[in-house]
Amino acid sequence: MADNMITLTIDGHEVQVEPGSTIMQAAKKLEVEIPHFCYHPRLSVAGNCRMCLVEVEGAPKPVASCAFPVSEGMNVKTQSQLAEQAHKNVMEMLLINHPLDCPICDQGGECDLQDIAVGYGSDRSRYGSCSKRSVEDKDIGPLVKTVMTRCIHCTRCVRFATEVAGVEEFGATFRGQDMKIGTYVEKALDSELSGNMIDLCPVGALTNKPFAFSARPWEMKTVNLIDVMDGMGTNIYADVRDEEVMRMRPRTNEEINEEWMTDTARFAVDGLTKNRLTAPLVREGKNLRQVSWQKAFDTLTEHLKGKRRDGIFALASSTLSAEDYYSFNMFMKESVGTDNVDARTDGSPIRGDVRASYVMNSGIAAVDNADAVLLVGCDLRRESPLLNARVRKNVLAKNIKVASIGALTNTTYDVKDLGRSPMDILDLIEDEKLFKKTFPKTKNLMVIMGAEATTRTDALKIMGAVRKLCQKYEMIRPDWNGYNLLSLKAGQVAALDFSVYPVAAGVEAKDVSKSVSEGLVKTLFIYGDVEIPAQELQDAEYIVYMGTHHSAYADIADVVLPTAAYTEKEALWVNTEGRVQAARKAVNPPMQAKEDWKIFRALSECLGKKLPFDTLSQLRLLIAKVNDAYLPENWGSFVVPAWDKFGLTTKPNKAEFEFSVPEYYLSNGYLRQSKVMQDCAAKAQDTNNKKVS
Amino acid sequence: MSSVRIVHEPADKVRDIYTWSKSAKAEVKKILAKYPKDQSRSAVIPLLHLAQREFDGWLPTKLMNLVAETLDMPYIRVYEVATFYTMFNLAPVGKYHVQVCTNCACMIRGSDKILEAVEKLTGAKAGESSADEMFTVSEVECLGACVNAPMMQVNDHYYTDLDAESAKEVLTALKEGKTPKVGSQVKEAS
Repeated sequence: MADNMITLTIDGHEVQVEPGSTIMQAAKKLEVEIPHFCYHPRLSVAGNCRMCLVEVEGAPKPVASCAFPVSEGMNVKTQSQLAEQAHKNVMEMLLINHPLDCPICDQGGECDLQDIAVGYGSDRSRYGSCSKRSVEDKDIGPLVKTVMTRCIHCTRCVRFATEVAGVEEFGATFRGQDMKIGTYVEKALDSELSGNMIDLCPVGALTNKPFAFSARPWEMKTVNLIDVMDGMGTNIYADVRDEEVMRMRPRTNEEINEEWMTDTARFAVDGLTKNRLTAPLVREGKNLRQVSWQKAFDTLTEHLKGKRRDGIFALASSTLSAEDYYSFNMFMKESVGTDNVDARTDGSPIRGDVRASYVMNSGIAAVDNADAVLLVGCDLRRESPLLNARVRKNVLAKNIKVASIGALTNTTYDVKDLGRSPMDILDLIEDEKLFKKTFPKTKNLMVIMGAEATTRTDALKIMGAVRKLCQKYEMIRPDWNGYNLLSLKAGQVAALDFSVYPVAAGVEAKDVSKSVSEGLVKTLFIYGDVEIPAQELQDAEYIVYMGTHHSAYADIADVVLPTAAYTEKEALWVNTEGRVQAARKAVNPPMQAKEDWKIFRALSECLGKKLPFDTLSQLRLLIAKVNDAYLPENWGSFVVPAWDKFGLTTKPNKAEFEFSVPEYYLSNGYLRQSKVMQDCAAKAQDTNNKKVS
Repeated sequence: MSSVRIVHEPADKVRDIYTWSKSAKAEVKKILAKYPKDQSRSAVIPLLHLAQREFDGWLPTKLMNLVAETLDMPYIRVYEVATFYTMFNLAPVGKYHVQVCTNCACMIRGSDKILEAVEKLTGAKAGESSADEMFTVSEVECLGACVNAPMMQVNDHYYTDLDAESAKEVLTALKEGKTPKVGSQVKEAS
């Protein structure tokens, strides 16, 4: 606690706060509730809703507590007659033009205006006979529904777009009675974070468009989940009604997502109930026929009998949990007995020998302590919109320097261009002057490698070069580790932790297409939607598909086993920092679909080589032996991995980095199944075409 | 800007391209010199005025975009300013923009009659343009010439001490291409 704390009294209770705090912040510390609409702790102070008026002794008028700085000995009354009257009057003014359409408003039940009107408003209005103004609705894209007549002009959405999302397209046009929130010209909001405006809007002006009119907040129960659409491990709530996940909302976690989430995480839920695999299927001629689990297992066991193990291949998707990877890997390598197993279907050559080489060693929250950021082959805005927003926050607040080696993209802040190819990393290592010029007085530099770098064939050389860079400029210290590899996919770190790749002489994922065309692949296990297109795999002799949706891979399969989606299993998810987070099960897998590890465990018994676990806790005990981060006491926390040698020291290729996330809205199996995401992708495509022409 | 639909501007009145003329460019430079280099967006209001004067007396979105690009600021921030102030016209105006003051002082001195006369002569109600696009009539708040109330402003000039008759005379002269006397319309006692 600082020495120069300021003491003030709020409603008779003394509180000490730092100088420069506002009355609102002091009240928050005391847990005194002051009603407010426009104030939001993560946005700049606007002070325009006037709902937070309080009485300050000695002040002639009530003051807006969100914008009023505290001073020594101040005596604040939030419930005096003056304050209460102010609340009533402001509420009355706000309701002059607010429609009484709560029964058909999606915000109903979770609406600040409703709650505060009941808590602080008057029970009648003097403006009964006035006609209410109406404002035309805006079309700002397929995700956010607008009913602008309900808007109370708090400008939270405008400030969010400007300050956090970095797309200055929202504003308040016209004035007084005619003031309108919007884009002035009609256009879709070009942001990967636009959904957060829905949570920020204190009324029903901005609501969740795909979710419109489908459920009321009090009908749903809330389950804590972890998002799998990118590598961040965003903490989310799933709101569930009966056996259906109705919507996703962000769950505050200061160390990861603060209180934001991406649009992909929020809006892909519609895909979870459509086109699902609900029972095991076995091919009979041209058609897949529904069979019992026993029959499916028997068919598979029969097929595998006496088969040469080097003709058996297995690919796993990149959106799976720790349990999924562990049991799948063990099943393939021990029960089936093949080494041709790989989860790196994006072609990446990274191996899991040194954990520090493939995680974010600084941690996500360390962005707040960094002096500078160097992006290496990283399209940060598309690979992790939340990390990008966090970098932007620090660019705005502390003016930190950001430089990039790689393809140029719109990051929403200024980035210094240091070149296009991995050779520029070597230049930076050799040229100390260039480094000092680019990052003057930099103590904490974060180097972030992205998918553009890690999916290349020379990724290990790039990683070696970055390691050298970090070590040369002393960015690897006990108090700071600046080496970061950002994983694009939710399962990347877990798959590497458990060595879900060939450890002996097996065939790697990048060569599987070739093996298929050469006729070497007799049996191919495909687990989830992999990054290799189904067309390249369909010529394998016998295909077993284990997945959640009836995707293109199910169409080419001979046996299909339905698994559980990320909302349907108790699971451990590992984010890009290597942080292990436990998610609850929101709903049961549909019909006969089963949790993944149970399938592998049961099938292994049929093959005569039983996996050594019978329950989830037994499985988790085994997993905990792999790495300390998986110990239950470490769940949820960031375990800094030990630093060691890794990477190759030979020169990487001269080839320039290429964009890694061309189809942001359709970048994994879950997203591809979502109609809403398909609409977004089409819209983005449309926009790009117009930009080109 | 892409996938943008502009909802409120008559397409036939918007020019294809808006670029600063040579003289306007010089003017822009002069205006920008008044502000610190890193705060050039302070010049948004003078630049909007300049733009409106240069191009047909009103501000289509495209023209506001030109101002935004000149000052290197987001489009929406310019729209916010332009829509806030009533002196920026967001719809096309006629050759003569007739702004009749109907604020307290002028009203007491009979501005209602003047507005009525103007509307009758031009055939356009307040907020509309005449059929021949010669006049646009607006009802405005105080223009700061109360001492000579009632008054109206036509384009850049004030016509004060009006009555219905003299207001008509001013507009008729303009219509016929003549230049009426600017300022007080009180006839000299002969």
